Amino acid sequence: MQRRRFLIYGVAGIGAIAATLGIGWWQVDGPGADAQVGKRPLPLSEMSFRLTDHEGKPVGPQTLLGRASLIFFGFTYCPEVCPTTLSDISVWLDWLGEEATDLNVVLITVDPERDTVEALAEYVGYFHPAIRGWTGTTLQVDQATRDFRVRYEKMPMEGGGYTMNHTSGVFLFDADGRHVSIIDYHEPREFALPKIRRAMDEETKGAT
Amino acid sequence: MRISAGATLALALLTAAPPAFAGGEDVVVEDAWSRASIGTSRPGAAYMTLRNTGDEPVVVTGLSTDLAMMPMIHATATDEQGVSRMTHMEELEIPAGEVVALAPGGLHLMLMDLQRPMVEGESFSLTVDFSDGESISVEVPIRGMAARGPAD
Ligand SMILES: [Cu+2]
Repeated sequence: MQRRRFLIYGVAGIGAIAATLGIGWWQVDGPGADAQVGKRPLPLSEMSFRLTDHEGKPVGPQTLLGRASLIFFGFTYCPEVCPTTLSDISVWLDWLGEEATDLNVVLITVDPERDTVEALAEYVGYFHPAIRGWTGTTLQVDQATRDFRVRYEKMPMEGGGYTMNHTSGVFLFDADGRHVSIIDYHEPREFALPKIRRAMDEETKGAT
Repeated sequence: MRISAGATLALALLTAAPPAFAGGEDVVVEDAWSRASIGTSRPGAAYMTLRNTGDEPVVVTGLSTDLAMMPMIHATATDEQGVSRMTHMEELEIPAGEVVALAPGGLHLMLMDLQRPMVEGESFSLTVDFSDGESISVEVPIRGMAARGPAD
């Protein structure tokens, strides 16, 4: 492991993080979107993955159609990024209240080796009840990551075991399966909620 | 009363040392908290703020706790592709007069090789070591797995 000294100068550090998020936004949703068009998830109607949910039921992209969807990738052995994302999402859902029942909210694991149906069921049980967990074989999960244009890599950890680096944004789709936007990792609620509302409004627009 | 030359020197060094080097005694730890774990096979995470009230930078060089065999400082960073990864920090410098926050989404304490499950409502003791040989012990409360901060 490389030796690294970490210097933090309060405001400067926060500025750097904000800049990183800003760049992420620019490439995904902003004026840079065209250049990154290949990196966006496919429309759900063009996806072909097959997975199993945390209750053992078969699921696929068509499971998500008809309601707006909030999809993110992670793994239950993740100590930081995933609990943070899940607790952020739980707060957004609490904030939406009744409206949250009009959303599909799914965690797709990038670690099918350890995330069995049972492991996922226990894990999602600690967060908002609307949150579902999907897993599958390694090949099935690979297909899902290709459909969503998600990147992930297995990293050995000091002291044994491994962790997964993975795309940490939350993908938003409208009820027709069109990709609407991405909520970046740990994005503040005041930015996240309007994005969710927008994905849900597309649904209303389609219905009328 | 006679004092040996060696003892005099030692005494001089002892009394001279604190003002010459700012150190661990200038650090105040606040808002420590952690998340409950499922069993012991997954690593745990803990957070806190470190305030350096002194005039010199202070460097955290080590951590220890009977809860985990390998507690370490990690930084989560997200690259321009949107991929998040954690980096191990062997040292963490707290500049003079500054506060370094370990909080969800960035710096955190990663508790590897848990020796017992982290149970909501309990707490564990953590010792933070500094480069000047000082160390401080903190009691870290364990909150629920969906907790977002030291208090709601
Ligand atoms: Cu970590």
